[in-house]
Amino acid sequence: MKLVYFAWLKERIGVAEEDVSPPAGVDTVVKLLEWLRGRGPNYALALSNPAVIRVAVNLEYRKGDWPVRPGDEVAIFPPVTGG
Amino acid sequence: MIAVRVQAGDFEPGAELAAVAPGDHGVGGVASFIGLVRDFGPGSAMTLEHYPGMTERQLQAIAEDAARRWPLSGVRIVHRFGRLVPGDRIVFAAAASAHRKAAFGACEFLVDWLKTKAPFWKLEESGGQRAWVEAKDSDDAAAERWSR
Repeated sequence: MKLVYFAWLKERIGVAEEDVSPPAGVDTVVKLLEWLRGRGPNYALALSNPAVIRVAVNLEYRKGDWPVRPGDEVAIFPPVTGG
Repeated sequence: MIAVRVQAGDFEPGAELAAVAPGDHGVGGVASFIGLVRDFGPGSAMTLEHYPGMTERQLQAIAEDAARRWPLSGVRIVHRFGRLVPGDRIVFAAAASAHRKAAFGACEFLVDWLKTKAPFWKLEESGGQRAWVEAKDSDDAAAERWSR
């Protein structure tokens, strides 16, 4: 599974993207975020406030219950500020 | 006709306007919006980051949504990324229709929605400081009124 990060989330985590292989039970967006928080203090800090976290799975916005699978591209980023 | 583009370089507003619905004599009006970088202090500049792939897809979806809601002959969105300074153009959005109300309404819809849906993030620099711009509740509210 490919994870990509943007804006301050990328800076706090410290990488722009990474390939991960979460354990079998980690099969939804919300479980993936929970698993990531346990990977280190940088993840825990970056992902501490769910209100300012948006997730896209394979380039579409998805909510917490959406399934994530091996091979997916999961993007994690703050609320957008373009325009 | 729907066209969306994401690019680092500037765009020429006249050329973009002329390309919204070229040669379509059923068009009675074209409404457009151009967003610019405001001066927000000495040495101010901003860098727009985006998510290549998802950005184009979201802009296309926003344009298609507008075309479902209003009778449009053309929709065009151009959004820049990278480092920009005060006075630089950031975004162009335009809608063409037989009548002005549809063109104005659709143009406003495009801008409201792209501000809350298109995956862009602004990093502002000023006086040696840098800060990621926070999303505004007022932008969410502006987009949300189209859902009612």
